[in-house]
Amino acid sequence: MIVYILCFALFLVGIYGALTKRDLIKIILSIGIMGYAVNLMFILFAYKTGASFAILTKEGINTNMVDPLPQALILTSIVIELGITALLVTLAIRLFEKYKTFDITKIRRLSG
Amino acid sequence: MILPFLIIIPLLAAFLITLISGEKDNWAIVLSILAVISLLALSIFSFFTTGNDTFIYEMSGWKIPLTICLVQDAFSTFMLVIVNLIALTSLMFSVSYIKHYSGTWKYYALFMLMITGMNGVIATGDIFNLFVFMEIALFSAYALVAFGGKAEEYEAAFKYAIMGSISSTLILMGIGILYATTSTLTMANIAAILPTKDPRIMYWVGAIFLAGFGLKSAVMPFHAWLPDAHSSAPAPISAMLSGVLIKALGIYVIIRFFFNVLGAPQIFLTLFMILGSISIIVASYLALGQWDLKRLLAYSSISQIGFILLGLGIGTKLAILGAVFHIFNHAIFKSLLFYNSGSVEMALGTRDLRKMGNLKDAMPVTSTTSMIASLSVAGLPPFNGFFSKLIIIIAAVQASHVGYAIIAVIGSLLTLAYFMKVQRYGFRGNDIIEKPEVSISTGMKSAMIILAILCIVSSALIIPGIREVTLDPVVSVIMNKTGYIYEVLGR
Amino acid sequence: MKQTEGMTLIVKTVTRISVWMILLYGLYIILHGHISPGGGFAGGVIIALAFLNVMLAYGRGFIKRWVNIGFLHDIESSSAALFLAMGILGMAVGGGFLANFISHGKLFHLLSAGTIPILNIVIAAKVSMGLFVVVWTLSVFHLDKGGKK
Repeated sequence: MIVYILCFALFLVGIYGALTKRDLIKIILSIGIMGYAVNLMFILFAYKTGASFAILTKEGINTNMVDPLPQALILTSIVIELGITALLVTLAIRLFEKYKTFDITKIRRLSG
Repeated sequence: MILPFLIIIPLLAAFLITLISGEKDNWAIVLSILAVISLLALSIFSFFTTGNDTFIYEMSGWKIPLTICLVQDAFSTFMLVIVNLIALTSLMFSVSYIKHYSGTWKYYALFMLMITGMNGVIATGDIFNLFVFMEIALFSAYALVAFGGKAEEYEAAFKYAIMGSISSTLILMGIGILYATTSTLTMANIAAILPTKDPRIMYWVGAIFLAGFGLKSAVMPFHAWLPDAHSSAPAPISAMLSGVLIKALGIYVIIRFFFNVLGAPQIFLTLFMILGSISIIVASYLALGQWDLKRLLAYSSISQIGFILLGLGIGTKLAILGAVFHIFNHAIFKSLLFYNSGSVEMALGTRDLRKMGNLKDAMPVTSTTSMIASLSVAGLPPFNGFFSKLIIIIAAVQASHVGYAIIAVIGSLLTLAYFMKVQRYGFRGNDIIEKPEVSISTGMKSAMIILAILCIVSSALIIPGIREVTLDPVVSVIMNKTGYIYEVLGR
Repeated sequence: MKQTEGMTLIVKTVTRISVWMILLYGLYIILHGHISPGGGFAGGVIIALAFLNVMLAYGRGFIKRWVNIGFLHDIESSSAALFLAMGILGMAVGGGFLANFISHGKLFHLLSAGTIPILNIVIAAKVSMGLFVVVWTLSVFHLDKGGKK
């Protein structure tokens, strides 16, 4: 149980950072932390003490194995996060070109 | 067998555009227009052949619990028709609107990817697959919002991307909890297994999904990104975002998940009604104070989404009919209004209502179609918006939610008020505007005219004979609730 | 070549020797994707890292002369289109989209598992080129002075 609580704490760290930090790069990192917490949660759901990896071995089918599907799922979600992070970094660079700052409180041309 | 092509065709078009198109040739335009026309034809064909049936397409030859399935029923094909119809008009509008930007082929490739994502979300019956397609659609939406390359656009896109990422992470968390509980990702299987588990899990997952998809559909407490993103994007993209993206990724998934998977528990329906009425009133009030035309339209979108959610929350057959009809109507008139704002911005170079004037002589098509769209969104007969709002209000009264009915009436009066303001200052003001130096191309005009005609013609969907083949199958899919399980799994 | 471009001679020499080994390892991971852990994505990332190694050690200018970035873009898009083509082929020959329509062969042989090795190679091309082009695009940003106005 304690691992789930720690995993959720990591998620809260990410969401805290995304909502309170003023630096664009720190916000992007916080989004990443949130994503990692959820990925970790998937792996924890699939985890089984003492089980081994889920592939065929030359000795035959391995009966005591962890659930392989969440691993495939988080691989997909990692790729998506990679794409989103690259896009966010690109936008941050462009914003820096335009506003000459990474401070989100000074990037306020839109309002209302 | 049609459904996989609705995903394959735009995806193939996107990759072919990046492969063969360059700066100077028109391959990107030709390919994307061809792709979208075939998509529209396929989706209309599948809508009318589906009727009350449900067809399943299983990927890669495996059977259902092991594979990803695509579900073709009346509701999904109905949404596909809306998405591809608006996509076609948006492309027609884009061709000359986007000409002045550099690297236009990237625009068309991203546009095709966005359609892929939306079609995928609508077609799929697998909840993780839904997440992946949602991310494809959102990813291209972020990039398209920033396409113009101005400071405001980057700012809006950054805000949108941050909010979108937070909501996607929440949704992924919900999917994880669902998988841990039910050991399956097929939505029909989840629906079959979930009732046998602890009911608290259903409420937790429902709450997480409501927050996640509420952010996508910009319901009132989660709306902060929408006015920036939708007003900063290029006009055809605003039309796509406001017209279909928030519905395909937000409202459609909310209906699919809460009605067909969870079986519409009363607590969530009550939440829908509360969130919907907050959206209607507060967003209308905020729209009233806006002078930026596109920003006003963006707030109006939030308020109209509130109407849809209110209809869903009431939950009777009539109310769902109103909500489904309003999804269709809102897609049409809001896209049309964004095209109007785009052509005004192109001709006059401003979006500020105070700087516009009487456009009746200078831009007759824009001003006439904007009048039709405004009357339609404000809910005046005989335009389509009137009927869907009327149905929702009647349904609220019938279900003895008189308070919500009054809120809906006040909301439509406020809508009328702020569209009077648009017409009074923006299109029929005092100072006559001479011929603008930039003329509106035929493609843009015809996109506006098509949608304006649809604004009037689609009122006919409510006539009983036509309703039975168009809207009623959709309503029966939604009202069938967890009958979805039997339709999909065939047992 | 300017003296300032890239890193020191030591780094350049080590990179010149090691980059081929990295590429080879990436290829190994890709081709054994259906037998052992790994596959197209992991191998593709390794190949992209080999390219990035060259870029970091020798500088952007060298990469621009060494490979044609437009060609890498084309490889990326065409591999995605190829993946789709495999899917459609599965639809035409096998039971559904992306069906495994080639004979599965014997377990633990290099040439087995039907379409999976082919798809692994296609994915590897997509991932490696995509990842490298993304980092390349991010790295050239401050080269165009002040961005487009």
